[in-house]
Amino acid sequence: MKTLVIVEHNNDSVKQTTYSTVTAASKISEEVYALILGYNLSAAVDELKKCNHLKKIFSVDKEDFSKPIAENFCDEIIKFLKDKDFTHVFTPSSTFGKNLSPKIATELDVQQVSDIINIIDGDTFERPIYAGNAIAKVKSNDSIKVITVRSTCFEPCKLDSSVEIENVSSELAKNELVNFVDYDESKSDRPELTSAKIIISGGRGLQNGENFKLLEGIADKLGAAMGASRAAVDAGFVPNDWQVGQTGKIVAPDLYIAVGISGAIQHIAGIKDSKFIVCINKDEEAPIFKFSDFGLVADLFEALPVLEKKLQ
Amino acid sequence: MKALVCVKRVIDYNVRIRVKSDKSGVEKDNVKMSMNPFDEIAVEEAVRLKEKGILNEIVVLSIGKESSQETIRTGLAMGGDRGILVKSPDEDIDPLNIGKIIKNVCDKEKPDLIILGKQAIDDDCNQTGQILATLLKYPQATFASKVEKNSDNTLNVTREVDGGLETIKVKIPCVVTTDLRLNEPRYASLPNIMKAKQKKIDILDINELSLDLKKRVEILEVNDPPERKPGIVVPDINSLVDKLKNEAKIL
Repeated sequence: MKTLVIVEHNNDSVKQTTYSTVTAASKISEEVYALILGYNLSAAVDELKKCNHLKKIFSVDKEDFSKPIAENFCDEIIKFLKDKDFTHVFTPSSTFGKNLSPKIATELDVQQVSDIINIIDGDTFERPIYAGNAIAKVKSNDSIKVITVRSTCFEPCKLDSSVEIENVSSELAKNELVNFVDYDESKSDRPELTSAKIIISGGRGLQNGENFKLLEGIADKLGAAMGASRAAVDAGFVPNDWQVGQTGKIVAPDLYIAVGISGAIQHIAGIKDSKFIVCINKDEEAPIFKFSDFGLVADLFEALPVLEKKLQ
Repeated sequence: MKALVCVKRVIDYNVRIRVKSDKSGVEKDNVKMSMNPFDEIAVEEAVRLKEKGILNEIVVLSIGKESSQETIRTGLAMGGDRGILVKSPDEDIDPLNIGKIIKNVCDKEKPDLIILGKQAIDDDCNQTGQILATLLKYPQATFASKVEKNSDNTLNVTREVDGGLETIKVKIPCVVTTDLRLNEPRYASLPNIMKAKQKKIDILDINELSLDLKKRVEILEVNDPPERKPGIVVPDINSLVDKLKNEAKIL
């Protein structure tokens, strides 16, 4: 068995999701290779070559790949795979991988296995369904397994190696049906919800958007991302992209702090893989207490300023 | 322009999921079913594009048992013009095969825009739009939070990607998959629900499409997720911070 990892990066540096995906790939066999497509890649490749477990890195450096347009990446990857004997293609299950990997699978006429959280053997994987409310054990009967990997479920690989690099030239023409226009990076100084180590979220208990300021001070001290329940989003307290839950962002931080959130099924589904869950709620009957490692029955308007002070 | 909106009937997002005791799947009997929330956003976007005069026909497609007609009707009540049901006794169909079925419908219907949810909240695969775009060789714009028509037969689509918003320009015909921020779906009014009952739904039999729909990925078993160990209620903030420092070793 031989696995190709598709590298996620931003041309300057390699994303953590790639390192976790390499770890996942190494559980299939020792034959792990990486393919990086991008433009002006020297800094990213320098980082990547420290990656443990990798036998070799294939690098395609071309202006057409300066942005991760799935059509362009897919064509190149399919051409690359043609005369090779890879049995597995692993991509992180980030928006990058989710956008790209099903195209690779389709070109190979195989069925991708999405978002694996555990590897049983080369054919058999576990993946969450119903937003993690159930875990399916699935077996792929395809000749090449195309997989996306939930990176929070695999430790990043160690970075103390020096891997051989092979530059691959590309002659493929760019896809003319799709063009990059703009990338607007989130301006928040806070980490992204999906990769944050600590998240503090507010619910309807916050009563209005203004009161989310009470969470800000704490988030600043903890270096935490900020989220919200669907109820808080539906009530217009905060923007939609803050929503944590089955139909929002699925998160798995080390610490999740739920403030004024009752714990609807759809919210719990999005946070249950967190290492520690803490809740602050004045209703001791709220379902969130059943899912919390530590719960505090308190009026959040009194508790939050005290908590912020304690974190000084 | 004509749009094909693909909708899936799934267990309602408010229902607590129960894994069957024989581990063969999750309990679906006597459980409330609804349109996949992301597909609802897709229907809403198509209706808004029609209201702006960009689309002139919206076809709502679903694949599944007879009961999926109800889901199509929901889409028609929101503003779809007609429906197509590809009837299949087996609803556990690999996304690749779903893509092949939708492509088959597209070959006949020739829509300019195919719009569907980024994922279904049952199998959480997040693949169908990408598969379909690849099969049709159309450009894809996944995880859309904004869709704008340009005068040169292209769409500008803003995509929710990790860390920000990416805008791409795709040539029509294209495939768009919808994310949460795109819009807030309307509730169908009673008169529109009544009107939807008169709208036409064509029914195709999956076996008459002459497609090879062999299953590629088998579900061996379905289990409950590992349970969280029971937690404790702490008396005050001091002990909470203390627990986080000393037991969780986080702060």
